[in-house]
This record gives sequence, structure tokens and C-alpha cells, in this order.
Amino acid sequence: MPSMSSRQIDVSIEHKHADPERRDGAGHPNTCPSCGSHYRDDELAEHLRVCPQCGYHFPVRAPDRIGQLADAGTFDEEDGELRSADPLDFFDLKPYKERLAEAEVGTGLGDAILTGRVAIDGHPCRIAAMDFSFMGGSMGSVVGERFARACERAAEDHGVVVSVSASGGARMQEGILALMQLPKTVAAVEELHESGGALFSVLAHPTTGGVTASFASLGDVILAEPGALTSFAGPRVVAQTTREKLPDDFGLAESNLRFGHVDAVVPRAELRPTLAQLLRLFGAGS
Amino acid sequence: MSQDAELGLRDRLARLSGVKLLRGTKLSAELERLERQLERLREDTTDEEIWRSVELARDKNRPYTLDYVERILDDWFELHGDRGRMDDGAIVAGLGSLAGRTVALVGHQKGRDLKENVARNFGMAYPEGYRKATRTMQLADRHGFPLVTLVDTPGAYPGILAEQHGQGGAIARSQALMLRLGIPTVAVVIGEGGSGGAIAIAVADRVLMQENAIYSVISPEGCASILWRTPRRRPRPRRPSSRTRRTASSSG
Repeated sequence: MPSMSSRQIDVSIEHKHADPERRDGAGHPNTCPSCGSHYRDDELAEHLRVCPQCGYHFPVRAPDRIGQLADAGTFDEEDGELRSADPLDFFDLKPYKERLAEAEVGTGLGDAILTGRVAIDGHPCRIAAMDFSFMGGSMGSVVGERFARACERAAEDHGVVVSVSASGGARMQEGILALMQLPKTVAAVEELHESGGALFSVLAHPTTGGVTASFASLGDVILAEPGALTSFAGPRVVAQTTREKLPDDFGLAESNLRFGHVDAVVPRAELRPTLAQLLRLFGAGS
Repeated sequence: MSQDAELGLRDRLARLSGVKLLRGTKLSAELERLERQLERLREDTTDEEIWRSVELARDKNRPYTLDYVERILDDWFELHGDRGRMDDGAIVAGLGSLAGRTVALVGHQKGRDLKENVARNFGMAYPEGYRKATRTMQLADRHGFPLVTLVDTPGAYPGILAEQHGQGGAIARSQALMLRLGIPTVAVVIGEGGSGGAIAIAVADRVLMQENAIYSVISPEGCASILWRTPRRRPRPRRPSSRTRRTASSSG
């Protein structure tokens, strides 16, 4: 990434719980960066991609996330056809168009968010799950548009949107258009609220930059996964700017609970039952 | 003090009744007046009774907010934090199901031992606590959840940080918000209803008080500290400031 991005928005996925030596060396995605245990794909999937040894939460791809949360077979994708334009003809190390094409081939997704209709424990709702492996989960016009449309559709039937964010922030390659996704998603949540609908925001590791500064912080209820970095500016940026030593848990879900920014830190195995409970409570209102 | 007064009155009554036959109607009118006074004094609670209810209101064995939550609500989901600065343990907020309907609940929470009380700050909220309360009220208002508040605090926290973080404004804005809520609201004083800390979450459609709960403009100690400049003369000013359930309902 060019210097602009490292100065403004930290998209690193460095994990505070991780042993720094291991972080550089053993880079296998199925090796726990916290305790070094190694797993087969099916073992990890069976444990919802949480290390059975130490509880480290591995990143979860958007389709897997929906699989973990939704009732089997209920996901119906919406707005999947949307693709990003490249109005700036942006070029960093390679053209933005090429990056988009590579990301799509690599992840099988059209952009860094997957949205659609779903049921959780029998409660119909909308889900918007972000995928960090698509360009660091960065929010460009497609992420913003899909999220906004999910809110609009939910607003029509006064429903609930469950968002699961995992993002480095706004997508540099879309410049000001990416920045404009912040007010767009904020306005979408406001309209959802006006209709009587609700947003349950789940913050997964990492939720930083423009996503923290927009819809992810506006949930009626905000949940975070254990150890998830959820801050506007990442620890590296803050440390470099202030030249101060940061607390060990800087920006992590647990410290954000203490500072009053999230309602609960919910281990992944509890996430589906917790969302089901909230859907129950919000469904039995007036 | 009132016991002394009662004794004095009885004494005068006894002496007057002894000479009743000697003088005419003027004396019997005086007698009637004294008897009425004695009657009122007997109805009135004594200092000891009032202080006893202060102690009962503060009793560690009283149920606190979370004890009620556990017994009244199903499906409790606690909300944490003011989305700004801190999660204030002195105020508990959340959603739960009451008779099949979702309600929002906000209440002060005290601790039963030292460790709990440090976390709960003895039920004395910082401005962050009122902000947690107001954002919960706003959430309830948006979704049409009725609001229940449980009041149990010695008062707002008289600390430096609490002032720097805008204590007065936070309490004022909480009341302003409660006045505008479109949802049904019920406040119950379940123990101590002390000062601004109490009123911040007690501006409800219906305000209830439990027996042996107190609701006052300030704690007796706080009052002493203001009027006598020392918190040690605690028992003296309690009469004018404390309102027990009985006196509060008679004075509206």
C-alpha cells in the first residue's frame, strides 16, 4: 500500500494476542497465531474457526459467517450483481481494475460485503457480512451501496439488519467516492431507524477506519468478537502519531467494552444464540 | 426530638386535666387543642422511625436492580456503555421480556461487598451512567418498548471527574429526554432515591415507591455537610429532607 494509506487508515490485520515472532514466521492460515496449534480445514470449521486450545478467533469469510449464523438454506443473496467502477483510473502498484478482478477470482465475491435475506432461529432479517480477504474488507461504493440497499429493503418491512463488519476502512482506490460511503451508510441506518427497524452490529477483527466511523458504530446493539481490533485509527497509526506506548489492549473489543463503545463481547459460539435472543426481544416490542 | 415533644405534651395534658373542672370553656378549648396536637404527634413518625427507614432503605439485604431483573424479566440482555467514554457500573441498562412483551429497564446498581461496590461505585453514577441511561431510553422510544426505571442511589457522584465530564448537564438532559418519551414509563424507588442522581431516571408517567424506601433532595449526610458544613452531624437534619414512602405520597 502507498504511504497515503499507511498514514490515514491502518489496514493491517496484526493481532495483539499474537506472538510477534510467530506472526512473521509461521504464516499458514490454519496455524493459530496465538498458541501455534495447527488444524485441518474441517477441524477449524467444526469449531467455528475458533482455536480449541486457546480460544483465538480466526478470521471468517463472509459466506462462512452467514453459514454460521443463518438457518440452513435460508440465505438469499441480494444485489450480488453490483460491481465497482473505476472512475479515477486509479493506479497504485497495479491498476485498481486489476486488483478488483484478482480479488473476485481469489474470493469468489463481487466485493467485500455479502448481503441478502436470511433467517436466524426462525426470525427473518437482512444480513450484511463483510469479507476481509476481499481487499482488506475495504469499503468502496459497492460495499456502501449493498449495505444501504439492505437497510432500505429491511426498512420496507420495519425489519432488522444484522451487520458483521471486518474492514480496514474506506477503499483508498476510490478516493472521495469511498469517503462518501460513510454518510451514505449512516443515512441508510437513520432511515432504517425511522421506519422502526433495527441494526445489530457485530464487530469482527478488524473493524477499523471508515466502517467504525459509520454504520458499524450505529447499531441499536453493538456486539464484538473477543480480541477483535475495533478502533478508528489502528494501533500502529496512533503509536506513530503520538509517539506514546499504547496499552496492550489498545482498541481491542474488551477495552472498548470498558470505555463504553460496545454492549457485549460475545464469543463466536454464542453469537447465533445472542442474535436470536435480540431478534426475539426486538420482535416482541409494541 | 418528637418523642421529647410528645412527653412534654402528655405532661401538660395531665396537669391541665387535673384542673379541668376549676375553670370554664377557655381551658377545655386549650385542652382540645393539646389533645389534637398529641394525636398528630402520635400519627407522625418519630425520629427513630424515620432513621430506621433510612437504614432499611440502605440495607444490604434489600434486593438491588439486578435481583429484580433476575426475578421479573425473562430473556435479559444487558446493554453496556454510553458509546462515548465508559461503561458505568452504577447504572444497569438492558432489554428483557415482561409478560411476553419487551421492555427496557434502567436502574441504579449497588454492590454487596467492597469489590462489587468499587465496580458499582456504591450505586453513584458518573455522567457516563446517565448517558448510558439516555441512550437506552432513546432505543426504547425508537422501538416502542415501555421503560421501567429502578431508583436506588445515595445520589450523583460528587467527584472531580464527574464534574469535568458534565454531571449537571447529563442529569438535566436525562430528565428532558424522559419528559419527551413517547413510550409508557414507570419509575420505582426501590431503596434510596437520592437527589439528582435519582431524579435523572425518575421523571416517569408513574412514580412508585416501596415501603421503607426514601426519596429526598439529598442524602441526610449531604444535607448536614451543606447546612452544618460537616457530614458528621448526620442525624439532625433528616426530618426536613427525607421523604419516606408514607410522607412522600401524602405530599404528592
